[in-house]
Amino acid sequence: MTLPKRLVFLGRLEDLAGGPSQDIAKAGPLPWNDLLATLAERHSQALVDAVQADKVRIAVNGVVIADKTALVLADGDEIAFLPPVSGG
Amino acid sequence: MDAPVPSDVRLLASSFDPAEELRAFAQAHPGSGGVVSFLGQVREGGGVEALELQHYAPLTLPAMEALARQVRARWNLDGLLILHRSGVMLPAQPIVLVAAAARHRRDAFAAADYAMDHLKSESWFWKREKVAGEWRWIEPREQDFEDIARWQ
Repeated sequence: MTLPKRLVFLGRLEDLAGGPSQDIAKAGPLPWNDLLATLAERHSQALVDAVQADKVRIAVNGVVIADKTALVLADGDEIAFLPPVSGG
Repeated sequence: MDAPVPSDVRLLASSFDPAEELRAFAQAHPGSGGVVSFLGQVREGGGVEALELQHYAPLTLPAMEALARQVRARWNLDGLLILHRSGVMLPAQPIVLVAAAARHRRDAFAAADYAMDHLKSESWFWKREKVAGEWRWIEPREQDFEDIARWQ
């Protein structure tokens, strides 16, 4: 059995996604465009637009990546969608 | 020469006592002539009933530790304390405590100031407030970006 890919939504993206995390069970490599298509099947266009915005950064397995459009998720990966921070 | 005391960096899921933390920190650095601290707390008023800071475990604490290393590399400190809450807080409860201990006060003032500016605008926290029973996410303030630009 392969591990699912896990999506984590932070901040206001959690509201748009209807929850803090969800899984993609389908096995095999998942490039950025296919990930967007999966999000579009499950969620509003507002979420699909939000994750593509420049100010929303992406971490894969705890590492913030420079170019999200070049990413390819593998089974078991965790991708986090990080809107602008507002701490302290 | 003694090895430097490691920085004390913690992400806390429940409330803490800033006075006790500061007392222990000062006591741990008896050779420091100055300890400068900053305490951030949940502001009372404006109808805010609660504040929540969300964090992301793979990033938040590692980035706080990296900030502590930057601060230690930039100023000559005897010790550095960075405590930050996550989760739900009520008005008047502490959010963040930063303290820097140094032989001379100027290093301690600057280090605490730098650490706070970077915690405010660059650390991995997302804030929402509860007003009239409704939670709403808080967007970053322009002032926070201006504060951090001072150090570049």
